Amino acid sequence: MKRTALIAMAVLVFAGVVWAQSGLLINGAGASFPFPIYSKWFDVYHQKNGGIQFNYQSVGSGAGIKQVTEGTVDFGASDGPMNDEQLKAYQDKRGSAILHFPTVLGAAVPTYNVPGVTATLNFTPEALAGIFLGKITKWNDPAIAGANKGVNLPANDIVVVHRSDGSGTTYIWTDYLSKVNDEWKSKVNKATSVNWPVGLGGKGSEGVTGLVKQTPNAIGYVELIYAAQNNIPYGAVKNSSGKFVKADMASVSAAAAGAAKEMPDDFRVSITNSSGKDAYPISSFTWLLVPAKIQDGPKRDAIKGFLTWMLADGQTYAEQLSYAKLPKEVVEKEKKAIAKVQ
Amino acid sequence: MGSRSFLSKLRDGDEIARLVTFLFAATVVLITLLLVFELWTNSVLPRHKFGWHFFVAQAWDPVMDEYGALPFMYGTVVSSALALLIAVPLGLGAAIFLAELAPARVSDSLQFFIDLLAAVPSVIYGLLGFFIIVPFVRSVLFPALNSSLGFLPLFKGPSYGVSYIAAGMVLAIMVIPYIISVSREVLLSVPRDQREAALALGSTRWESTWKVVVPFAKTGIMGSVFLALARALGETMAVTMVIGNTPKLAASLFAPGYSIAAVIANEFTEATGDLYLQALIELGLVLFLLTFILNGLARLLIIVTTQKGSKVAN
Repeated sequence: MKRTALIAMAVLVFAGVVWAQSGLLINGAGASFPFPIYSKWFDVYHQKNGGIQFNYQSVGSGAGIKQVTEGTVDFGASDGPMNDEQLKAYQDKRGSAILHFPTVLGAAVPTYNVPGVTATLNFTPEALAGIFLGKITKWNDPAIAGANKGVNLPANDIVVVHRSDGSGTTYIWTDYLSKVNDEWKSKVNKATSVNWPVGLGGKGSEGVTGLVKQTPNAIGYVELIYAAQNNIPYGAVKNSSGKFVKADMASVSAAAAGAAKEMPDDFRVSITNSSGKDAYPISSFTWLLVPAKIQDGPKRDAIKGFLTWMLADGQTYAEQLSYAKLPKEVVEKEKKAIAKVQ
Repeated sequence: MGSRSFLSKLRDGDEIARLVTFLFAATVVLITLLLVFELWTNSVLPRHKFGWHFFVAQAWDPVMDEYGALPFMYGTVVSSALALLIAVPLGLGAAIFLAELAPARVSDSLQFFIDLLAAVPSVIYGLLGFFIIVPFVRSVLFPALNSSLGFLPLFKGPSYGVSYIAAGMVLAIMVIPYIISVSREVLLSVPRDQREAALALGSTRWESTWKVVVPFAKTGIMGSVFLALARALGETMAVTMVIGNTPKLAASLFAPGYSIAAVIANEFTEATGDLYLQALIELGLVLFLLTFILNGLARLLIIVTTQKGSKVAN
């Protein structure tokens, strides 16, 4: 009798321990653009460290920032760095700072549908800004034709397509245009949603792609990963060294390497229009937002463990999913920054 | 004694049934009130900052934090009005055929398909609109109307396909099943005597249908139109796929526009600033008001027309 009770109790305790271990659930929410690689990472990490489970909801960068500020999730994720106002709001609400950790890189690429044109088009920053400001209205405008010698561009009206939903891709795109064009900066500026001077709105990458494919003479922008996975043709963009570069993993990583030297300690950096000979100019980091103070010990250790793994083994998963890896300099700098999580 | 009789009533179950059903009915009112309260309290910032100006301002600029509802209200009303313009004659005609003229077997089996249509998720209609109606509007409807009636501002170009008219057409397809379904039921429930009396007085089958049965069922038919209007005003997914998502006012039906429900769905998740988020919530309040006012007007229309009808009858 006594023995059965003892065994039963031992089983219960053991079950309790196992259950508690497998019950370490870490919640995150935010950007949808890196969702494919995040879910891969969390899955692989869970298989390697059975006790830790991540639950990530790709609700959008804005919602991610909001939720981590409210304290409803353990970490956030965003395609654009938090601005000073948002950092202050976090500090006021949670009484500590929040840290940015770049994870992978993405890019926005111009995609178009010009009847009769099959060649890869080259775009200068002036041409892109002019088109999206509504100042360049014909495909054969000298600003476009000048960079595409030998391509027979029609005299048709350009149809501009942009994202209608708030999106990190829009943030990267408008961040780039504000850097290369003063009029864009003063009239439109950068954000996840802006007041577009011209154009139609498509919902999501698939909405923009659909509209561009369907509407003759249209131009839009999508994420590089989306274009790569769906075999959507896209153009090359002239970088700050004067070279026309087509986005791929190497040219996006090159943009990050160009910015790595002047990387600020909080990692909040925009790498659009990056210097560097082979850099693709419309590239960006995407960030995990991790609180600097995490009260719950096991959770803190798990998050730090994951960050360490993500910077080492995790990076090897990036390229098979069409994301560009972090440059070495950034990885080294981030490894040191993990110690700031307390 | 009061309490005694209350207890005995309780035993009968009447009072319990009354109480329980009253509570159920009350929740509807409570939910509505709660909804308005939440929308109202969560839109304090833009209401104080913009006031009535919110209804007439045309800018929607999350960067400069300037918000106006007019282009969205316009798009919502225009696309819904176009939808009803197309759907009401079609739906009513079909309902009359099914209820009055078609053999019962045909009518019942067609009704099955109509109910099926009403249950199709709106994103499917959105896809249908995006891949069929939008190209049709761009390369068939617009050239035809523009070349014949292009002098009217309503049919001016350029046309990209995505437009108020494309949204109106998709919405029309979506609401027609509601109009047919409800109107058919209402027409079927018109008493036989009414028809027979009309026929006995020497009217043809069509005269009895159009002059006796349809007017008799008018209130119910209007009810089906309300239902359709409510669905059209609030439709989000299908509209955002075909309307072009451009917050600008345009007289042309072929111009791209935006609707209230679409902008809320598009921008809510990435809305960061407090004012931005609250402006979106205030748009929700505006949509609620718009639905409320339009329904009120429609009800007023019924009251006025039925009074006139009964006066003539007298």
